[in-house]
Amino acid sequence: MSQKERIIGGVANYVDERTGAAKWLNKNLKKVFPDHWSFMLGEVALYSFIILLLSGTFLTFWFDPSQRDVIYNGSYMPLQHVQMSAAYASTLHISFDVRGGLLMRQIHHWAALLFMASIIAHLLRVFFTGAFRKPREANWLIGVGLVTLGIVEGFLGYSLPDDLLSGTGIRIAEAILQAIPVVGSYIAFFAFGGAFPGHVFIPRIYTVHVLLLPGAFLALITIHLMLVWYQKHTQYPGPGRTEKNVVGYPLMPVYMAKAGGFFGIVFGVTAFLGAVASINPIWLYGPYTPGQISAGSQPDFYMGWLDGLVRMSPPIETHAFGHTISWNILIPGLIVPGILFTGMALYPFIESYISGDKREHHLLDRPRNVPNRTALGVMSLTFIMVVLINGGNDLIATHFHMSINQIMWMSRIGVFILPPLSFVITKRICLSLQRADRDLVLHGRETGRLVMLPHGEFVEVHEPISAEKAWTLTSHEQPKAIPHVSEDANGVAKPKSLVNKLRSRMSTANAEQRPAATATEAKELEGGHH
Amino acid sequence: MKSFARVSKYRRHKFAGPVLVVAALLTIGSAFSIASALPSATKMSSGATTTQIAEGKKIFAAGCSSCHGLNAEGSSIAPALIGVGAASVDFQVGTGRMPMADMSQQAERKPPKYNAEETAALAAYVASLAPGPSAVDGANLNYERDGNTAQGGELFRTNCAMCHNFAAQGGALSQGKYAPTLMGVQPKYMYEAMITGPQSMPIFSDKTITPAEKLSIIKWIKAAQNEPSLGGATTGRVGPVTEGLLAWLLGLGSLIGVAVWLAAKAR
Amino acid sequence: MTNNSIEKFQDPGLPEHIHRKADHDEKAAKTAERQVAILFLLSAVGTVLAIGSYIFMPQDVVIFIPIMGDQNAAQLFLGLGIAMATFFLGMGAVHWAKTLMPDTEVVAERHEFRSEESDREDFVATVKEQGGSAGLGRRTLIKRSLGLAGGLAALTPIVMLRDLGPQPKKQLETTSWEAGTRLVTDPGDRPIKPSDLEVGAVAQVLPALKDGEERTLENIGKDAVLLIRLNPSEFNLDSERLSWTHDGIIAFSKICSHMGCAVALYEQQTKHLLCPCHQSTFDVTRAAKVIFGPAARPLPQLAITLDSEGYLVAKQPFTEPVGPSFWERNTK
Repeated sequence: MSQKERIIGGVANYVDERTGAAKWLNKNLKKVFPDHWSFMLGEVALYSFIILLLSGTFLTFWFDPSQRDVIYNGSYMPLQHVQMSAAYASTLHISFDVRGGLLMRQIHHWAALLFMASIIAHLLRVFFTGAFRKPREANWLIGVGLVTLGIVEGFLGYSLPDDLLSGTGIRIAEAILQAIPVVGSYIAFFAFGGAFPGHVFIPRIYTVHVLLLPGAFLALITIHLMLVWYQKHTQYPGPGRTEKNVVGYPLMPVYMAKAGGFFGIVFGVTAFLGAVASINPIWLYGPYTPGQISAGSQPDFYMGWLDGLVRMSPPIETHAFGHTISWNILIPGLIVPGILFTGMALYPFIESYISGDKREHHLLDRPRNVPNRTALGVMSLTFIMVVLINGGNDLIATHFHMSINQIMWMSRIGVFILPPLSFVITKRICLSLQRADRDLVLHGRETGRLVMLPHGEFVEVHEPISAEKAWTLTSHEQPKAIPHVSEDANGVAKPKSLVNKLRSRMSTANAEQRPAATATEAKELEGGHH
Repeated sequence: MKSFARVSKYRRHKFAGPVLVVAALLTIGSAFSIASALPSATKMSSGATTTQIAEGKKIFAAGCSSCHGLNAEGSSIAPALIGVGAASVDFQVGTGRMPMADMSQQAERKPPKYNAEETAALAAYVASLAPGPSAVDGANLNYERDGNTAQGGELFRTNCAMCHNFAAQGGALSQGKYAPTLMGVQPKYMYEAMITGPQSMPIFSDKTITPAEKLSIIKWIKAAQNEPSLGGATTGRVGPVTEGLLAWLLGLGSLIGVAVWLAAKAR
Repeated sequence: MTNNSIEKFQDPGLPEHIHRKADHDEKAAKTAERQVAILFLLSAVGTVLAIGSYIFMPQDVVIFIPIMGDQNAAQLFLGLGIAMATFFLGMGAVHWAKTLMPDTEVVAERHEFRSEESDREDFVATVKEQGGSAGLGRRTLIKRSLGLAGGLAALTPIVMLRDLGPQPKKQLETTSWEAGTRLVTDPGDRPIKPSDLEVGAVAQVLPALKDGEERTLENIGKDAVLLIRLNPSEFNLDSERLSWTHDGIIAFSKICSHMGCAVALYEQQTKHLLCPCHQSTFDVTRAAKVIFGPAARPLPQLAITLDSEGYLVAKQPFTEPVGPSFWERNTK
């Protein structure tokens, strides 16, 4: 044995004698992970989280989360002798007087944007491929929790520097709290330690932002990954892939190298953005004071859709018996997001109720093969996009020479018309794609070569597709509608008939499909082919 | 001791008193005009000649009267110009906003149609109709010397940022109108805009924002314009909308591209 | 076809493994190895650039980069260095995996999650027997007193949060404005006379400070007022609101009645106030009536008049709470 082998052996022995690690390490180093680029979106989120932890810790060594008033005396001349909070002043200090400080601030903020963008992309991938079905419902719920907490964490994070733009966002958040019926003014005063803006809000959200929420993230992400590890990752349908296996590469060395390498790449892209693209130039916004405002004030994109919802809300407030309820704040600020996120969280259970499918699924769906789900997803996306775009209506107006009033009306109407329209269009496109798959299997690939037959007819030569491709295109399941039985065998009307009728109708709509091609049909056609 | 003797001799001269008074008046008067000339913008000499006014009237009749009326009395599509002062004309014509090309919501900054002489003539003519704010002489706007950048920033954020955006990049008003960007605008036009309130912009009187404060605002805007973009290329200095776009398109987009390459089989 | 059975396509199994160039060609493998090494070396160059720039590049050097404009050299090179260091390290690892590490697909079996029946029965038995031996089900006195203790214990942490903040009481309803408070410029704290404002002018205004008083952000958040001068003939007000103006000068709370942003955007020609946050639009000639956007209430108007020295002062406090709505607000 070489010297190196002796040392490694010694260490391994030391650990194993105390933990029995050899057995489970052996099993897990051989664990198989399927390889597809769309499975890496969650990795981008994970690595962005690590980058946030690292860059954020750096920032905490200089940031002063206090709202006490100070007079600026640092190196940025246009703010000399200006009165500001210590939080703002320390952010200026980090930006201009700490080497690498501005870079770290920017890496932190770009990483936060990438974190949220990749979580959303990952969520969409999981949704459209049906990876949330049994046994992964719990992981879906954890994911919905992560995206919700991420929105809050990001909002609190960019509010810490106490600049004019983020302070305006806090003012709006306070107005939402204040608008809650019965307890609103109390909640607002408790959160802010008195009247807005107070002196305690920034220190308090600092604790939430650097301790409580990162702790929650660490716990939730750990459980999220452990579930993926234990339940094994899903895989796309294809030759050799079944519900009972996982086809891919082992953790050591391939997956370690690819996943570890991807971490470096994500870090590199984030650092590149931090180096070449200015983000959140707080020295231009100035310190927050409630008497100032900038044209074109928006939150970060993951809150921009909320801003758009609030902007398009009709001006409805009710005054009754000496009390005011601001529907124009509660509906867009709390009720609609509440419905959206609740619906999102419950979706796996809703879908299994409608389809009646209670089995385990480890093979992913191709989106075209689940037209209803895909259409529903596109409909939700359309809603979010209309609302998000309205959040930037003043910037769109200045850039494209439009009127904010026009854009607002287009959004108010569009938010009702465009989502159902997109549902119908998407469903039809999915069904067409299914038909195209069918044609491909039964008639083969069009080669573009023309041949003249003896009797003068021109035909295009079709090449039969491979057995692997035929399998991939036809192996999916065709959902069956749940029949509605209104009476049992003795003619007695079944209870909960209305609910069941609804369920049956929905499952029928859900089951609308173009049938997958079968080998039998292919053989029948073979007779007529050349 | 000899010099004292000479002064002492003239001290009792009968003209000593009046001479002293005149000397004192001259001293105080000069000191005052120097002091008041410092912060306040020197206005263009109001010694407009009658030929200049006549020249201006001719240009006005040819290029402006079709909308503003033959005597600048206004019409249904253009306001009266009586009392708007030379400053308004210098601003509107000098920035090319007037003559207005198309009758849309707002006059746009464009290459001016009239040269400096013609503009001055127009200004003299309009100023002759009724008293109004005088045009500003850019050469005497010494904002670098007399302005305070930090104070200008505070004033800008309180009085200007709500329309023109925190970095003076411009912003949306209602019904398609907009507050334009202030990048690349000459200091005298900024000053004239503040005192004349063109189109949607309100007037910022010299009592509520003093001339010294106006110079500070201009100094801050120029400093912001000339400041290198710290931290990398700007994303337009309009806030999180463009930053979010860049994160999705460049950030996530390039990472997805890398992921596709990573999962693909090597040759 | 005579029989009724429909035959579906069969799974052809894993496709044939295609070997990469580096798998069978030693030269290609060496090339790949060299490529990986170059990538790792680029990463090392990045680190040197980063550390070198941190230590040696002065913080005030500005260089011009095409497209990007003037840039701070220290920040740019430190960032690019870190980006190179991490990016190429990652690329090297990935390229190594792709070209040289085994890429034969491996198949692993999934195991059913559901436990064996016998295990399930054992589990149920354990819970019933050993859990049941605690006797919780039988001993109702324990159950009830435990419930009481646990329920009460949960209350203490909630109660201890009481001192997070004061009760709002009247704070949301009062501002610093009283009868006789002078309007002063923001910033500058200069009192204002009507002759200071031309028709079409605006001024950002705060209440004059009393002796020894400091102005806090909490004050500004309720006291900020916008002063606008119009031609008196342009007003469309009832007689009471008209009496709150002075010779065409009208004052409104600057704090938006929707969600509290500063409504300072005055369009001189249309006489509209626009809030940039959510585009609520208020008509100044009609006492800041809402004409567009989500705000449900007009901006509160401050009644103004002149004091004995001719300066503008408040005639009385605001007659309604300023700022966003809340449950206890009972004025329309």
